[in-house]
Amino acid sequence: MDPLLKLDDFTMHYRTKAGWVQAVDGVTLSLARGQALGLVGESGCGKTSIAMSVMKLLPYNSKVVRGRILFEGRDIYSMTDGEVRKMRWKGVAMIFQAAMNSLNPVYRVGNQIVEAIVTHEPETSEEEAWARVRSLFELVGIPKERMYHYPHEYSGGMKQRAVIAMALACNPKMIIADEPTTALDVIVQDKILREMDQIRRKINMSMIYISHDVSVIAEVSDVVAVMYAGKLVELGQADDVFKRPRHPYTYALMRAYPSILGEKHELATIPGEPPNLLDPPSGCRFHPRCDRASAECSKADPMWREICPGHYCTCHNPVEIGGTWVGQVRSGKAADGGDQLGTSSNS
Amino acid sequence: MALPATADAADAILRVEHLCKYYPVSRGLFQRRQLLLHAVDNVSFEVKRGEVLGLVGESGCGKTTTGRLIARLTFPTTGRIFVDNADVSKIQGADMAEFRKKIQMIFQDPYESLDPRMTIFDIVAEPLNVNGMGNLEEREQRVAEMLSLVGISPPSAFLFRFPHELSGGQRQRVAIARALVMNPTFVVADEPTSMLDVSIRTGIMKLLAQLREDLGISYLYITHDLAVARYLCDRIAVMYLGKIVEVAEAEEIIKEPLHPYTRALISAVPVPDPAVKRPVPTIKGGVSKPINPPRRCRFYERCPVAKSTCAEQDHPAPREVSGGHFAACHQL
Amino acid sequence: MRGLSQNWAVFRESRIGMLGLIVILLFGVFGALWPIMINTVWDPLIYHPVVGFDPMLLHPSPPTKAHLLGTDPIGRDILAQLMFSTGREFLLGVLSALITVVIGTVIGTVAAYYGGFTDTFFMRVADIMMLFPFIPLLVVVGSMVRLTFFPFAIILGVLGGFGGITIILKAQALSVKVRPYIDAARVAGGSSFHIIRAHIIPNVLPLSFLYMMFNVTGAILSEATLSFFGVLNIDMSWGMMIHTAEAAGYLFDFGKYWWLWLPSGLAITLFCAAFYMVGRGLDEVVNPRLRKR
Ligand SMILES: Nc1ncnc2c1ncn2[C@@H]1O[C@H](COP(=O)(O)OP(=O)(O)OP(=O)(O)O)[C@@H](O)[C@H]1O
Ligand SMILES: Nc1ncnc2c1ncn2[C@@H]1O[C@H](COP(=O)(O)OP(=O)(O)OP(=O)(O)O)[C@@H](O)[C@H]1O
Ligand code: SF4
Ligand SMILES: [Mg+2]
Ligand SMILES: [Mg+2]
Repeated sequence: MDPLLKLDDFTMHYRTKAGWVQAVDGVTLSLARGQALGLVGESGCGKTSIAMSVMKLLPYNSKVVRGRILFEGRDIYSMTDGEVRKMRWKGVAMIFQAAMNSLNPVYRVGNQIVEAIVTHEPETSEEEAWARVRSLFELVGIPKERMYHYPHEYSGGMKQRAVIAMALACNPKMIIADEPTTALDVIVQDKILREMDQIRRKINMSMIYISHDVSVIAEVSDVVAVMYAGKLVELGQADDVFKRPRHPYTYALMRAYPSILGEKHELATIPGEPPNLLDPPSGCRFHPRCDRASAECSKADPMWREICPGHYCTCHNPVEIGGTWVGQVRSGKAADGGDQLGTSSNS
Repeated sequence: MALPATADAADAILRVEHLCKYYPVSRGLFQRRQLLLHAVDNVSFEVKRGEVLGLVGESGCGKTTTGRLIARLTFPTTGRIFVDNADVSKIQGADMAEFRKKIQMIFQDPYESLDPRMTIFDIVAEPLNVNGMGNLEEREQRVAEMLSLVGISPPSAFLFRFPHELSGGQRQRVAIARALVMNPTFVVADEPTSMLDVSIRTGIMKLLAQLREDLGISYLYITHDLAVARYLCDRIAVMYLGKIVEVAEAEEIIKEPLHPYTRALISAVPVPDPAVKRPVPTIKGGVSKPINPPRRCRFYERCPVAKSTCAEQDHPAPREVSGGHFAACHQL
Repeated sequence: MRGLSQNWAVFRESRIGMLGLIVILLFGVFGALWPIMINTVWDPLIYHPVVGFDPMLLHPSPPTKAHLLGTDPIGRDILAQLMFSTGREFLLGVLSALITVVIGTVIGTVAAYYGGFTDTFFMRVADIMMLFPFIPLLVVVGSMVRLTFFPFAIILGVLGGFGGITIILKAQALSVKVRPYIDAARVAGGSSFHIIRAHIIPNVLPLSFLYMMFNVTGAILSEATLSFFGVLNIDMSWGMMIHTAEAAGYLFDFGKYWWLWLPSGLAITLFCAAFYMVGRGLDEVVNPRLRKR
C-alpha cells in the first residue's frame, strides 16, 4: 500500500540576517497508515521544521530548496490553498510545541475547540460538537467545567492538554505531536500517551511523535528516526534503534539519558558545542563531536544506507552491534524498579 | 505544613508560611456565581542558602502559582513569604529594585515569556538595561557570554534574531540566560529544561550546579522530570492539588517514597526501552478538581490505599516520618 | 511577530490591500504633479485653484481641451483644484489620524495596565465621545469660529483619540498585559513606565497602525462633510469643491453639471476606500488567524 506520508530528499532553509540556516537537509522517510514514527534529536536540529513543512505552515523567511512531501501520494507543495486547508485538521492535525500559540487568548477554550470542529465538519451540530469536547476533556484529564475558562486561567500542562484535545477533535488521518507532553507530569503523560495510542489503533491513525525524551519515544513509536543538525542520521524499528543504535550520535544520546532507576551516577554529555546550522561542519555534520570520527568523516558526507534490513544509518564508522547500554537499564529495572512497585507498604 | 525546624532561621533564603492563593472563577458560560479555585492551599516550606529545592507534582497542582507568588507577580490570598527574612509583600521603593535584582524567575513557556518584538540581545540584556548596568559594549559582552554558557553557540548567529526564529529549546535557553544574567541569589526555575534534549539539559544542569557552587545561588526548581530533580536537587517537595504532600532528601524520596501519590509518580517514569512495558499506574483515574474542594484529603478519590477514615478527617497535616522526611497521609 | 519583509510578504498576498496601496500611490503621484504643473505648463493666473479664472469661457464650463474636467461656477479649473487638494487631504488625514492613534494608544495601554479608576475614567470618556454627535457639534462650533486647516486637523485627531479607538486598543493591551513576557519584564526589574513603553506599546502598535488607516478614512469624510456645510475656513479641498457647486445652486441639476461634483466626490470615495482597503490588508498581517483557516 502507498505510504500515507512520504518525504523525498526534502530540504528547507531559513533566511536570517546572518545567513541561511540549513534546518532540514535531504530528509527521506515514509510513514505507513497506522504507523507511529518517533522523531528524536537535539534541540534545534530541525524537528519542528519538518513538522511545519508537512503542515505547510512555514514562515515567510523559509525556502524549500529541493525535494518533495507527498501526503496520500500528492505533493503538498503543489496543492492549492483550499486543498491544503482541507488537508489540515481532517487529514493531518498538529499538536504544536507552542501550545499557547494555538489557543486564542480571548476565547474560552471549549468554544475554540467547538469552532474547530464545526468549521472542519460542517455536518456536525453544535451540540454534538460540545458533547465531543466534553469527552475529549475527559480523555485528557481536564475537569469539564473548565471548558468555559480562558487560556490564561489554565496551567501550562492544561493548555497543552487542551491542544491535544483540539488535535484529536476531528479524527484526523495523521497527527503530528510536537513535544506533546513536555509540560505534563509523568502520570498524566502516561495516561495521555496510552489513550492516544488506543485511539490511534482504533481508527488506524498515523502519528509522528517529536520529542527530545527518548523514553517517551520508546514507549509510543513503531519506527524511530534520529536527527542531527538538520539531517536524518538513523532510522529503523524502535527495537533496533534502541537496542542496537548504530550511529555514534544515537549511541551517545542513549547513554546520556539519566535514569531514576538504579544508582545515581555521573551524567554523561555529548562533548563539544551544538552545531552551527548557518555553517554546518563539512562531511559528516557530527564529526567534530564524534569519538569514532576518522579522517574521511570531515571530508565526505556519509551515505544514507541500509545497514541491516529496515535499519538505515549515515555513518562512515557505525557502532558495532554488541553490549549496549540497554542491558544495564533493563537489569536495573528488574532489580529495584520492580521492587519499588511491589513493596508499597511503609512506616 | 509544620516547618522542619532549622537550627538557624537566618539560614533560610526563602521561607514560605501557610501560603494560600485562591482564584475566583466562574462556573460556566451562564452561571455567574463565583467559585474559588484553590491553586495553592496552606503551603509552608523553606529553602536554605545555596540549596536546590525541587518542586514536583501533577500538572495544574499549583507549582507555577507558588513560583509567581514568590517572585511577587501576584499576591497571596493569605500567608506570608520571607526572602532573606524580609516579608515580600511589604517590600517597597528602593528595596523593591534590590529584590528584583536578587530574585529571578525562569518561566515555564518559552514561547510566551519572550517578547516577540525584541531581539534575543534585547531580551537577555533587558535586566541589565533596566538596572542601568554597564555600557552597551559591556552588555553585549555579558549577553554573548551568557548565551554561550547556555549553549546558544555561536552567540553572534543568534543575537539579532527574533524569538520566532529560534527552536523551542533554544528559546528556553535564552530564558535561562536572561534569568542568570544579573547573578541573582535566588532563582525560581519553572520547568526550565522541559524542551531540551538530555545532552544540552545535562549541560544546563551542570551550569546551574556550577553557579550554585561559585555564587551560592539557591533555586526553587519546578519540574515534572524526576530524573532531573534527582540529579540537581538537594531536597524534593511533592505537590498535589495545592498541597505539599511529601518533602525529603532527593535520593530518599526516589528510593523510599512514602505518600501514595509520590509512589505512583515514581512508578510512572518512563524507561527508554521499547521492550519494557510498565504497569499501569496504581492510582485511580479521574481528574483532580481544585475548585471548592472538600475538606478531606485532596488525594482521597484517587488514592489506592485510602480507608474510610480518610474521608472523615480533614486533609492530613504533614508528619516527620524519619529525619527530615515529611509526608502528609493518614495511612502512614 | 514577523520582520518587515515578512510582513510585506503577507500584505502582498492580500489583493484588497494591494489594490488600496496602488490607489494611494496613484493619488500620491497625482498630488505630486500639482507643483510641477503650476510651475511649468499651467498659467497660475488661469489655473490657480483658489484665485484662478479663465476669461475665455462661460462658467461653469464643461470639460474642454484647456480644462480637462471643466471649470467651477467662478471660473476655476476643476482638475487643478483636485490636484491641489490631494496633498492637503493627505496631510489632513494622516495628521489627524496620527494624533488620534497616538492618544488612543497611550490612553488605551495606560488604562489597561493600571486598571481601576484610571481605566473606568477613560472608558467613560470614550463612551461619551462615541455617543456624542460631534459632527453636528462641529457644525455649530464651526459656524461661530470658522476653523482653519491645522486647528481642524488637531481637533479632529484629539476628539477621535479619546473615542472608540481607546476601547479597541485597550482590549488589545489587556491581552498583551496577561502575557508571561510582561511578568518576565517585571521580574527583570522593569518599572511600569518601562513595561508600557518597551513591551505593551510595541505589541499594540500594529493594531494602532491598522486603526490609523481607518481613521484617515474617518478624518477625510468628516472634513468633506463639514466643508460641504461650509463651516470650515479652508480655501480649497474636495469637500469645498462640492460646497462651491452646492452654494451656487448647481447641485439641483446635478446630472447636467456632473463635472462639478463627480470628480471630487469620486476622489473622496476612492481615497477613503483605498485607506480602508489598506487597513483590511494590514488586518491580515496583524491578525494572523485570518490567514490560517
Ligand atoms: N523562522 C526561523 N527563521 C530562522 N531560523 C529558524 C526559524 N525557525 C527555526 N530556525 C532555526 O532552525 C533550526 C531548527 O529549528 P527547529 O525549530 O526545527 O528545531 P527543533 O528540532 O524543533 O528544536 P527544539 O527541540 O529545540 O524545538 C534551529 O537552529 C532554529 O534556530
Ligand atoms: N489567573 C488564573 N485564574 C484562574 N485560575 C488560575 C490562574 N492561574 C492559574 N490558575 C489555576 O490554578 C491552578 C494551578 O495552576 P499552576 O499554573 O500553578 O499549575 P502548575 O502546577 O504550574 O501546573 P503545570 O505543571 O501544568 O504548569 C490550575 O488549576 C490553574 O488552572
Ligand atoms: S560518520 Fe564519522 S563522524 Fe559521523 S558519526 Fe560516523 S564516525 Fe562519527
Ligand atoms: Mg521544536
Ligand atoms: Mg506550571
